[in-house]
Parts: sequence; C-alpha cells; structure tokens
Amino acid sequence: MTTLVGVLARASDTQPVDDVRAMSIGGRILVAVLTALTLLFILRLVRRGHLRGKYALLWLAVGAAMVGFAIYPDVLVPIGNAVGISYEPAIIFLSAIAFLFLVVVHFSYELSRLEDRTRTLAEELALLRADALDPHTPHPQEDAPELDG
Amino acid sequence: MTTDGPAPLLFIIPAYNEEAALPGVLVELADAYPEADVVVIDDGSADDTAVVARAGGAVVLALPYNLGIGGALRTGFRYAVRNGYQRAVQFDADGQHHPDEVPALLAGLDAGAEMVVGSRFSDGQPGYQVGKLRKAAMGVLTVTMRRIAGQDFSDTSSGFRAFSRPILEFFAETYPAEYMESVEALFSSVRAGYRVVEVPVTMRGRELGAPSNRTWRLVYHYLRLFVVLLAAAPGSRSRNRRTRSASEASP
Repeated sequence: MTTLVGVLARASDTQPVDDVRAMSIGGRILVAVLTALTLLFILRLVRRGHLRGKYALLWLAVGAAMVGFAIYPDVLVPIGNAVGISYEPAIIFLSAIAFLFLVVVHFSYELSRLEDRTRTLAEELALLRADALDPHTPHPQEDAPELDG
Repeated sequence: MTTDGPAPLLFIIPAYNEEAALPGVLVELADAYPEADVVVIDDGSADDTAVVARAGGAVVLALPYNLGIGGALRTGFRYAVRNGYQRAVQFDADGQHHPDEVPALLAGLDAGAEMVVGSRFSDGQPGYQVGKLRKAAMGVLTVTMRRIAGQDFSDTSSGFRAFSRPILEFFAETYPAEYMESVEALFSSVRAGYRVVEVPVTMRGRELGAPSNRTWRLVYHYLRLFVVLLAAAPGSRSRNRRTRSASEASP
C-alpha cells in the first residue's frame, strides 16, 4: 500500500506542481471574498442563535477551512502528494462531495427522528385535549378547581 | 366488575374528513354494540368530523394536524391502553366495514389470537373489487409475508382488525406512521411473536370519499414498504423486537 502511494506521489512529482498557483490574482481574491462572506454569514447565524451548537461548530470549521484553502491553496500540494492525487482541485471536490453526502445523510436521520417526535407530540396533544375537553372520557381526571375566593 | 371499569370493547375509528359517512357508521355501531365505547380520532380534518363524532356519542381525539392513518391509529391504541380496555376493534369511518362482521373478529380473540384481521379475499370472497395494480401488489405482498413472516395472509392491508390487550400495548408504542402502515404493522406483530389470524369478512365498497390510490403514489409506497419489510426481516435488528422484549411478558 505504501509503495503504491509512493509510486503515485513520485508520478505526481514529475508534473508541474504549480497548478494551484496558476490561478490568477483576481480569481484568488474572488474566492477569498466569497469564502469570507460565507464565513460571515455563518457567524451571523451563530450569533443570533439560529444554529444549534453542534451545527455552528461544524459550519464554522468548514468556513474556516474554506478561507484557509482560499488564502493558502499551496497546502493542497503536499496533501495531493500524500494521497496520490496529482490534480489538487480534485482533492477539494472529492472531500466536498464526501462531506456533503455525509451531512445530507445525517440530516435525513435527524429529520426522521424529528418526525417521530412531532408525531408523538401530536398524538399526546390529542389525548390531552380529550382529557381537558371531553367530560365523557372514562378514566378519572382532575376537575379544574374553582379559584374564586 | 364495577360499572366504573372500561367497557368490554372499544371501537377505534380514525377519521379524516368523514363528516358525511361517519354519523351513519356511529349509529350502526351504537345499535349493534350499545355496551361498547367508541373513540374517533379526528386526523386534522377540515370539515366537521369532530362535531358529528361527538354528536354521535363518541369520544373524540382531535389531532392538531394530519398525521395519516398510522398516527391516528396509534393515538387510538394509546387511548385504549391508558383507559384500560382489554379489547379493541379498528373500524372504518367511511362505512366499508359491517358491524355484523365484528363478532367473527372477536371470536378469533376468544380462540386465543392476539390480533384478528378481517380479510376480503380469503376463501374466494366475492364482491370486493380492487384495481389491477393493487391486486398484483397485494399478491406480491402475500408472498413476501409468507417468506419473511412464515405465515399466509390473503389481505395484508385490511383495516378491519380486532386487538387484544397485549397487542394494543405493543402498537401503542410501535405502530408505524407511514402510508400502508397496516401491512407493516401486520408484519411487525407476527415478527414479534404475536398470534395473528385472519377471518373472512365481507366489506362494502367505499360509500363516500375518494379512495387514495393514485398509481405512482401507490408504486412509491409499495417500494418503500418492501424496503421497510426487508430491513425488519430476520437477521436485521428490529426496533419492534427490542421494544417487545423490553415491555412485553405475554407468550
């Protein structure tokens, strides 16, 4: 396994490693601005309390990583060498797809759980309503106490 | 037995926009079973289902929004369990089910079954028409059920059923939510080791209200159902089995 990686790494060594640097200054600024805006947007959501802690942490980490890659795209080169990918942007695409896939699966899981819970709540509400409103409910129930005096 | 105890039988009627058919059903039931209690679960109806149900002498459990029949039924099972009923019959709000057939279901409980399913199709029952696709799918379901549950059912989706106390408790926790939950529930109860039998019944065509079977919707739901059944098949971990082992002591 290590030899395979080694071979691939050496193969990638023979290619010009400045693919990433080939991006124009304008392009890099555009990417940096977009990622900075994304990060600011996430920060705003966090500050307003719209994101639960775990998701806030997740997206802040993602935003920070995006800013990092935008400022220092060169860090992708050694990563590419290590895993045997010679076209560095592919590292971004691969990890982004894998990450987003996991996130969406996780959301499906959370959504199923939430649907179960809201369903249970709705059912309990129906039962409570019957207790409160229906005098014919056969089991004993508390009568609303008279509170005047 | 004191008169304060629950009635010997509870009719559980899930109802969604059934203000037209429900009064007739309630009158029929009250005539045939004056000693039984009736609970109507109003599944977020937009019409006066709850009003006509109360007028008809039923206890009404009004869901805050539409949960689908599975949610309505589980509400009914919880009601039955919390109020101490020993037996319940699931009954249709649209007049499909004959009150005359209820004794056949109850006889199944008397004979020791924990759930009795009224089948439209066993022993060549005449008189109930279904579409081609639905019929084919039902056949496949029967075979699937035989394979993974080890038992033959001719009408897996029948909503005309009688329940004993142990299975009421089981369903109060585990009754599935999604469309065609009746098949899933039949399967999970057999898997959990309950004795389930089928008895032949005749049903009427739907009196009022449109049947809910658009072709693609049906195809989707059958596919979903197969995934659910396969996921719960022997060899995989089942939520239901765990729940049963935790909360049930019946044979």
